[in-house]
Amino acid sequence: MKAAPFEYSRAADIDEACAWLAADDSARVIAGGQTLVPMMVMRLARPTRLIDINRIAALSYIRNDGDGVAIGATTRQCVVERDALVAAQVPLLARAIPNIGHAATRARGTIGGSLANADPAAELPLIAITLDAVLSYRAGEETAEIPAREFFIGPMITTLPAGGCLTGVRFSVWQGEKIGVGFHEVNARRSDFAFVSAAAQVELGADGKCKRIAIGVGAATDFPMRLDSAEQQLTGSTLDAKEVDAAVREALADIDALADLHASAEYRRRAAINLASRAVADAVSHAQGKKAQRNADAH
Amino acid sequence: MRIELNVNGTLHEIEVEPRTTLLDCLRDLLDLKGAHAGCEHGVCGACTVLFDGVAVRSCLMFAAQAAGTPITTIEGVTPGPGELSPIQDAFCETHGTQCGYCTPAMVLVAHALLADNPEPTRDQIVEAISGNICRCTGYAQIVEAIALAAERMRGANRPRSLSK
Repeated sequence: MKAAPFEYSRAADIDEACAWLAADDSARVIAGGQTLVPMMVMRLARPTRLIDINRIAALSYIRNDGDGVAIGATTRQCVVERDALVAAQVPLLARAIPNIGHAATRARGTIGGSLANADPAAELPLIAITLDAVLSYRAGEETAEIPAREFFIGPMITTLPAGGCLTGVRFSVWQGEKIGVGFHEVNARRSDFAFVSAAAQVELGADGKCKRIAIGVGAATDFPMRLDSAEQQLTGSTLDAKEVDAAVREALADIDALADLHASAEYRRRAAINLASRAVADAVSHAQGKKAQRNADAH
Repeated sequence: MRIELNVNGTLHEIEVEPRTTLLDCLRDLLDLKGAHAGCEHGVCGACTVLFDGVAVRSCLMFAAQAAGTPITTIEGVTPGPGELSPIQDAFCETHGTQCGYCTPAMVLVAHALLADNPEPTRDQIVEAISGNICRCTGYAQIVEAIALAAERMRGANRPRSLSK
């Protein structure tokens, strides 16, 4: 369990990191390393050079830049977990983060690293897709932005161009009085990889009806998905349990679910329907001011 | 490459390969065998050290990345030679050690937890050690040890009139 030899370079700023990336096709960026290092020691990844972006101070921040809550790529997951701005303005993100790995991996793991890694079972890509987050990156001299829905295209595959380095992500902030969130996942053990996860955010109007809703399902398919048809059907409704279940069931009827030793495609589809319905139900209770439910999806 | 590591308050100037993990560096170059090499890919937690006071996996970090940041290993938590920290003491008393393989990491996780939260609930203790596997499955005594240590550390240096 030792990594193959490589060169190590610590970048002082993003320009330097991008210049090094452009100069070597087999170089890789290391941020928290909580996935990359295991892949390297198992020799599933053999980069010739690691470009360490951990000490680039400009990539670690959390701020509301007017368009939403912007988070720097190397911001540690544990920092976001405890951040008051995130808790107040992007509650779904705050709700999901404790489910990422363990405290010791969140202490090193970064927001950008998990997004760039694009594991189908990872929580952050699911939240980014559910909230229509916008990712920003640098490739050479060029700076660009890309919506989360166009970023994730397959398991561990993104549209980040070769030589590109993710620099940050921006989550839009839902304005409104009654906003609620829900998140559920099932896994074999606490904080293991999810077999299925589901996230929901709702805004209720003064009449208690659904003004706006976003529902996402992760780990069931090659990359997290949004339940667009269910969202359309449920907007304007009272979000009663039957209605939600029917809409979610229909949206997930034809998905091409992943299957492995631990969870069959049929199981994943069934669990996705249940978890998405629960996430919406939690989001509604939360928006109505009831106490948020803790994740309790044990088998 | 040449790096300078700050481990348990001592600066060490050492020569490492870029691929040397912090864990291998601590064990093989600095002879600090308290960080255990269990799974070596971040699953078991046996290699836990404190990185700037925070519990991290030393197998998931290259030594070169750790240069310049204070690191504490189990060898660095005792108040003096031949003594035990209150947390280690509590592990002994409650039989929280079992075979001992996961113990240094469990103790360090407890140190990080109690530094941050002197009065953890049982759930918070369970959550804190959830990333550390004990193959003896002696979790009940480990949780008991951390709760006992927390109680004692809260009681230390308090006037008797304030004690319960």
